[in-house]
Amino acid sequence: MAAPPTIDALSQFRLATSLGPIGASVNFTNSNLIMVATAAAILALLHFGMRPRAMIPGRLQALAELCYSFIADMCLDTIGPEGRRYFPFVFTLFFFILFGNLLGLFPYFFAFTSHIAVTAALALLVFVLSIFVAVTHHGMRFFTYFFPQGAPVALAPVLVPIEILSFLSRPVSLSIRLFANIVAGHVMWEVFAGFMLILTAALGIAGGAASILPLAINVALVGFELLVAFLQAYVFAILTCLYLHDAVHLH
Amino acid sequence: MSDPPGGKDVSFEERLRAARSRQGLEGTQPAKGRSDPFAGSPWAIGLRVGVELVAALMVGVAIGWLLDRWLGTRPVFLGIFVLLGGAAGIRNVWRLFAP
Repeated sequence: MAAPPTIDALSQFRLATSLGPIGASVNFTNSNLIMVATAAAILALLHFGMRPRAMIPGRLQALAELCYSFIADMCLDTIGPEGRRYFPFVFTLFFFILFGNLLGLFPYFFAFTSHIAVTAALALLVFVLSIFVAVTHHGMRFFTYFFPQGAPVALAPVLVPIEILSFLSRPVSLSIRLFANIVAGHVMWEVFAGFMLILTAALGIAGGAASILPLAINVALVGFELLVAFLQAYVFAILTCLYLHDAVHLH
Repeated sequence: MSDPPGGKDVSFEERLRAARSRQGLEGTQPAKGRSDPFAGSPWAIGLRVGVELVAALMVGVAIGWLLDRWLGTRPVFLGIFVLLGGAAGIRNVWRLFAP
């Protein structure tokens, strides 16, 4: 008999080069491969969905139009009329994260949003963009953002550092939230699946029968993970909108 | 070729402005305000509050530690910025739930 099965929950997040020797020579990882697949899937949905240009949309066209109006409404409701300018950015961000999360749920696929390097890069992009927008809209008045309106001036030495730290914590919380949710979901899957193997190896037939319980939990987790994949992409996008709202309107 | 709406004599600038105002790009109507992204289950709210608190604290610890390493004053700035980071975390949570 081979070595007894153990729970190896973290090896699924290990990077490896893909596409054989070509990928190895340029360090093209499995994470990059799924990113390309994500971009291709989004482009395919929009291209093939909108090709009929029917007045009464078919299923695929209805899906593409729903995607468009969902993000357009989010931008307009949260940022205001200026939100139209940032629609392309929020749309790209939302669907990159959503499709990345969803593709990561498939067996043998890699969830690139489970790497904090990826989520931190996305969050920093949002952070830098929101500062850039605030400075172009308001110039130096942007720095009044760090002093709450109506507070006594004597408290400025305490309030200003707190506001600055609170501002700086935005990209941190944005990246940690997405990364932690995806990692937690995938680890739970692996733990319960490994539990099934251990039960079967330890107790034979009885263990095989008992492993239906972890299997049932994993089935429930699939549904939960689908929800998390959508919800985290939504939270990322709407927080981006909120930060852009703050940048456009200050206070 | 069909004429654009408004006829040929309307200048490009005017048509551009009309199109932009029709699309709301130059509108003056105010924003509907922030929609609430934190409506959800108590679990989700709790998780988000926790992330906000920890993130601000992490930023505070990082800044304090780096300042101390730079100035060689451990643990003065670490202590100050842990307190400020905790306060910033509370501020983040307050901002989530403030009307």
